[in-house]
Amino acid sequence: MNEQRELLSVVFCSQQMSLVTVSHLSKKFRSHNAVDDLSFSVEEGDVYGFLGQNGAGKSTTIRMLLTLVRPTSGHIDIFGLNLNKERKKILSQIGAVIEKPDLYKYLSAYENLSLFARMSGFINSKKELNAQLEMVGLAGRETDLVKTFSQGMKQRLGIAVALIHNPRLIILDEPTNGLDPQGIADMRNLILHLSRHLHKTVIVSSHLLNEIEQISNRMLIIDEGKKIVEGTVESLTDPARTLVEVTVDNPIAATSRIESSSWFCYLIKTENNHLIFQLPKHLIPELNRSLVQLEINVLSLQAKNSLEAQFLSLTRSKQNVAAFTD
Amino acid sequence: MWQLLQIELLKIFRKPRTYISFGAIAAMVIIIQIALKFDGQSYIEFLTGSLKDSLEIPYTNILNGYFVCFIILNLLLIHIPLLIALVAGDSIAGEANMGTLRLIASKPVSRTGLMLAKFMATIIYTALLLIWLAFISLLISILIFGTNDILIARNDALEIIQRNDVLWRYMAAFAFATLALTTVAALAFLLSVFADNSVGPIVSTISIVIVFTILSEMQIPLYDRTIKPFLFTSHMLAWKGFFYSKVDSGGSSLPGTIENIRAIGKSSLILVLYIIGFVSAAIYAFNKKDILS
Repeated sequence: MNEQRELLSVVFCSQQMSLVTVSHLSKKFRSHNAVDDLSFSVEEGDVYGFLGQNGAGKSTTIRMLLTLVRPTSGHIDIFGLNLNKERKKILSQIGAVIEKPDLYKYLSAYENLSLFARMSGFINSKKELNAQLEMVGLAGRETDLVKTFSQGMKQRLGIAVALIHNPRLIILDEPTNGLDPQGIADMRNLILHLSRHLHKTVIVSSHLLNEIEQISNRMLIIDEGKKIVEGTVESLTDPARTLVEVTVDNPIAATSRIESSSWFCYLIKTENNHLIFQLPKHLIPELNRSLVQLEINVLSLQAKNSLEAQFLSLTRSKQNVAAFTD
Repeated sequence: MWQLLQIELLKIFRKPRTYISFGAIAAMVIIIQIALKFDGQSYIEFLTGSLKDSLEIPYTNILNGYFVCFIILNLLLIHIPLLIALVAGDSIAGEANMGTLRLIASKPVSRTGLMLAKFMATIIYTALLLIWLAFISLLISILIFGTNDILIARNDALEIIQRNDVLWRYMAAFAFATLALTTVAALAFLLSVFADNSVGPIVSTISIVIVFTILSEMQIPLYDRTIKPFLFTSHMLAWKGFFYSKVDSGGSSLPGTIENIRAIGKSSLILVLYIIGFVSAAIYAFNKKDILS
């Protein structure tokens, strides 16, 4: 009776609340803030893109979602349940591939799959396990040792392991790392298949922004452990919120003049000699004229529409890219 | 738990490294058996030393399967910790190095359950290694050399245990050796939690065992009361106590007796306390550990 009530409460909660709710999550490694007051939510059915440079805090956040890393503060609710208190119940409904799909190299594909299914609390029949291997394109290689597999095959086996217990939430941390272009395309198709046909909720982290742009409906950009922006992919590439990067010769004087103008409300960031505005695309010519009228020496003005441009503008990675492109 | 234990056993016994220990033991035992088969008399002369001048030593009777097994245990039980550390030190650190630790720790099993299953699998491995040692050092020696009374050298004296009073002593000695080696396994298991590759815990375990063994063997009165009684290595060789029987007024061994059962019991208790301490610390540390590998 109690279990039924609990189940009903989970179902009820999941209808009312996000599938994943992360609130004020922080993780400190000695003096380094890997994740800093991060909050976000993932809705049922989302393909949620998790973007950030290497070292931005994506993997640490994902590891906290999987209880591999203890948060310094904050809390995580998944399926309406507190992750701290209901760890086993929650993890039994999550499938994950964390960075490289490292499996037991001295065991066969079938043995690996069977082993992890049993660890997830499922006893699958031989037919089910073989069907799962077939689904990821490993039919005929069931008895081969994993050490003989290519990176792409290991990745596919990792996906099979993540899906074998029919999880409700799938977490993929950098799933395209080390894959060739065909492997990347296969992974993209697989994620879309999981979302569209199997109605799974997927959290996928990557630094390959165009990949995320193609598969995600919502996303989060983090940098240095902090949330930079969260929203739908459409809203972030919305022409009404175009990012404009203006390079000036004297950023201090330029900022001071802009502060006293009506353009100040569009200025979102000043970095080195770059001023970044976010404004509707049709206002760009007017901005250009105003900067000249304000006697600001403009060296360049660039509008950025794609997700990648947004990402580069919003995170510190811009500096790294600039070093290669200047 | 049973499910986890089965999985851990599968992982241990499908790993080629596991069989290095079984192969190494077989090789060492066979080398000793061959040497004793062809030149056993020289070895017994060396063991009996000055006693051969005052006593008539029946070499052919002494060199029997039971005696050969006793020699093998004396020579090998000091070195087997290295083989135990190979597997126990790999249990967590090896998974961290392979990258599978993050995968198993994100499964819906408790970390404590996972650690207990791993340690139980390590105990089973240790016990199987000892059974293997017993098989080739006792049974094969009996097949090659036959059985007879066993001659035990003790502090410049010789003690003879009758052949029908030997086998149970070996069973008890192997059981005690399993406990002693489980202590080493527990130490390697604990060190394994703190490392991301298995070399560190294996080398550290062996280093600790060597340092402790040296301290245990040093004849320094200060250490005799302060340090030695508390070192696990001081108690690991207590298996020999099963071969020291009580003697009657005529100096003959009394069958079915052990001279100092309390000392063996005390050593067993100390080893059990070490095991509990090491494993509890390992579970505590693993539960607190951030898995970043």
